[in-house]
Amino acid sequence: MRDLGIYVHVPFCGRKCGYCDFYSVKWTKQAAVDYTAAVLRNIRHYSEPDRMVDTVYFGGGTPSLLTSKQIGDILGVIRRSFTLDSQAEITIEANPCTLSSEKLSELRNTGINRLSIGVQSMIDSELKILGRVHSSERAVQAVLDAQSAGFDNISCDLMIALPGQDIESLRYSAEKLADLPIQHISAYILKTEEGTPFDCDDIKRRLPDEDGTAELYLEMVRLLEERGFMQYEVSNFAKKGYESRHNCRYWKCGDYLGIGPAAHSCHNGRRFAVERDITGFISSETQQVTVTDESPCGFEEFAMLRLRLKEGLRLSDTGEHRADIERKLPPLISDGYAESDGERIWLTPKGFLMSNSVIEYLVF
Amino acid sequence: MANDKIRNFCIIAHIDHGKSTLADRILEKTETVAIRDMEDQLLDNMDIERERGITIKARAVRLKYTAQDGEDYIFNLIDTPGHVDFNYEVSRSLAACEGAILVVDASQGIEAQTLANTYLAIEHDLEVVPVVNKIDLPSADPERVCSEVENVIGIPAMDAPRISAKMGTNIEAVLEKIVTDIPAPQGDPEKPLKALIFDSYYDSYKGVIIYVRVKEGRVKVGDNIRLMATGAVFNVVEAGFMDASNLVNSGSLEAGEVGYIAASIKSIGDTRVGDTVTNDECPCDEPLPGYRKVNPMVFSGIYPADGAKYGDLRDALEKLQLNDASLSFEPETSIALGFGFRCGFLGLLHMEIIQERLEREYNLDLITTAPSVIYKVTMTNGEVQYIDNPTNYPDPALIQTAEEPMVKASILSPSDYVGNIMELCQDRRGVFKDMKYLDDTRVELHYELPLNEIVYDFFDVLKSRTKGYASFDYEMMGYVPSKLVKLDILLNGEVVDALSFIIHTDKAYARARKIAEKLKDNIPRQLFEVPIQAAIGGKIIARETVKAMRKDVLAKCYGGDITRKKKLLEKQKEGKKRMRQLGTVEVPQEAFMSVLKLDS
Repeated sequence: MRDLGIYVHVPFCGRKCGYCDFYSVKWTKQAAVDYTAAVLRNIRHYSEPDRMVDTVYFGGGTPSLLTSKQIGDILGVIRRSFTLDSQAEITIEANPCTLSSEKLSELRNTGINRLSIGVQSMIDSELKILGRVHSSERAVQAVLDAQSAGFDNISCDLMIALPGQDIESLRYSAEKLADLPIQHISAYILKTEEGTPFDCDDIKRRLPDEDGTAELYLEMVRLLEERGFMQYEVSNFAKKGYESRHNCRYWKCGDYLGIGPAAHSCHNGRRFAVERDITGFISSETQQVTVTDESPCGFEEFAMLRLRLKEGLRLSDTGEHRADIERKLPPLISDGYAESDGERIWLTPKGFLMSNSVIEYLVF
Repeated sequence: MANDKIRNFCIIAHIDHGKSTLADRILEKTETVAIRDMEDQLLDNMDIERERGITIKARAVRLKYTAQDGEDYIFNLIDTPGHVDFNYEVSRSLAACEGAILVVDASQGIEAQTLANTYLAIEHDLEVVPVVNKIDLPSADPERVCSEVENVIGIPAMDAPRISAKMGTNIEAVLEKIVTDIPAPQGDPEKPLKALIFDSYYDSYKGVIIYVRVKEGRVKVGDNIRLMATGAVFNVVEAGFMDASNLVNSGSLEAGEVGYIAASIKSIGDTRVGDTVTNDECPCDEPLPGYRKVNPMVFSGIYPADGAKYGDLRDALEKLQLNDASLSFEPETSIALGFGFRCGFLGLLHMEIIQERLEREYNLDLITTAPSVIYKVTMTNGEVQYIDNPTNYPDPALIQTAEEPMVKASILSPSDYVGNIMELCQDRRGVFKDMKYLDDTRVELHYELPLNEIVYDFFDVLKSRTKGYASFDYEMMGYVPSKLVKLDILLNGEVVDALSFIIHTDKAYARARKIAEKLKDNIPRQLFEVPIQAAIGGKIIARETVKAMRKDVLAKCYGGDITRKKKLLEKQKEGKKRMRQLGTVEVPQEAFMSVLKLDS
């Protein structure tokens, strides 16, 4: 039986950031209580006691708004409903402001062993534009406190192509972040999502243009790798051995079970999504899902996901498509988008920047 | 009905001066159309006509009017197209009338088109009845406009009806003017049949319906008629007139009348506008003057954006041709665009109309190549070739002489714009012939111009450089030797045949640079850099580059929402189907279209 990852979507935020289009609602104490109860019911519903779970991921929203007790209860039910690997990677996303020393120790005690902290930038004026409530100082403190609390697998988010950002300010943020005692960095290019407050002329006008964004991305890759954070995916960088095992499930067509409103699953041969509705989630015995794919991980999807990874795509895994791919490959290599050793092909940072076009050209 | 109770007339107006609205009001006042059946601007049948505010095909409607003198009159209102491409059709429509209502906007006064068509009407001996429209506008100045009509055109206008077609104000005055001012038709019904074809269209049940003005004699159901230019003979099945919405088969038509004939005519090619209909057994001595065969002068390749729609495009062209004898087409193949048709048009507007009808009425996505004229090429071996497709232009080494078609152009304009016009004509390789002052303020210029210089956008540019006041007409004058070259466009080193065209040597460099720039603006940045080159023979004369795109990435992983990611790439792939794949280069349709309009 394939091992499993569990993703718990915690849709609460103290406030919504201007760029975010993930599903989230205002946190209240009662909602968090009701929500936790619903999560427990659902985990029991999907129970497979013999199935090995080796990653758990609390994403959001702001999962650190749940109490340590609530987190602990959820992990407890996972342990009782599945076989939780003793070496499992158990991650929680957290806002720096929610990470007091006390909270960090408590989280550590529940079994959480990996933190993903939403730092985003080390420049306060940029944080303010993003609508983040924390300061860079607070972010640094949260990381140091986490280290003191015993966390040795810490990831921080970094955003690039922010309004007004230039090479200098990016360098400042990236270097500052890389110098912290952390092991992993997720670096995302800001995308203005339709319908978010960032989807307005005032913001868009100040965004770096296409070429500027490309320069920022390439410079960031260079800076991070120089400091030992090796790129292993389009937006992810890690010190050796600290690649996110949970996220790698997404890119390697592994199984993952999503619990909570707006959570996605690839579970027992189907992809499905939970309705974006906290009220419905709380009131239903089991979460309402929509199947989005009855036969996931076909060739296109498999190749699309593999090419997001630095390790790339093994040509021997491409079957009947191999000849077509090898025919299309030379211009990609000569233009510096991809590299190949004859057995695998993988994208360069320049190729990652163009990964939609490259993948569509090569695979679709 | 006696001829003295018939009035045959048309309406002349500049675009937007209210021709169609006035026609509607006349139909309404004569109760030809029950009010509840009224749809705004009934005469213009086609959507495109309504949207562009122009009338493309002439139509004729019979109306009954009881005048203030107590008598019943029959009005035949003949609608006319209003663009230079259809000048010949206009002249045939005018030849079917005794009078023309000249509609002038009370605030804007006389404009170019009005003048050109008014002169055309006067040339045909029509009685011109001026009407001042839009008096409801705050800026209306009917007195000024009336004296302008008197001064510029030289017809009395001080007692012209002041109306508002939109509000329905004073429409009766127009109807009375038609009765009192426009002469009744002449013609002897006992003489041999002599009728002018001024329009025709294809009806899927009755075959070709021809619109005629009977000048002499009569025609009735059962007669054998002969169309004199083509010699074709048909048996008349129906003869009658058209009310506002139906053909009414009255059984016969007599001298002075306007109506239609149906005679099981299969092909519209037999029924040429301007031809004379006579009786086969008892023919008239000679046809009516003024007939000429209309030949397409502008050619372009039309291709379906989706190659699978080739059959649909052929069907659509066949259907359009049923109603439009001036449209010609034959299959052609392009390396860049696949299977399509080389189509012939009267002019650029005609081309645009056909294209728009294909897209709108037949739901086709099209790519159209740059318009070309017919070049006459004499080979070194003495063989003469006529080239209407630049792709077929021979190797220059094999050409002895190349010739291009010239036109005699006449331009009427207020004298203020003479400088601008001369500059334009010079730029278009025009040869100045003469200039005449019509009065203190208006001039007529004569130029000889190469047709290929006017098929693109000459009329548009002329209008913009003369604030819309100049009018323009031309007639073919034959071929003259010319220094022509074929200009090729290369994308990523490959010649794109659909973008090649023939041009005068002196203009090749400037045009090449402009096209390269246009393409650069219209080809989106993509995965691979796109070099754009323009070349004559093997020599590159212009170059631009579309730089490779730098960023096209979904950075986030959306909590494992892989389906969304995959759909996005599928959508991206789908979007590119609207583009032409030339090697690794993706060329959107807009890029092909953009080179058509270099000056805009």
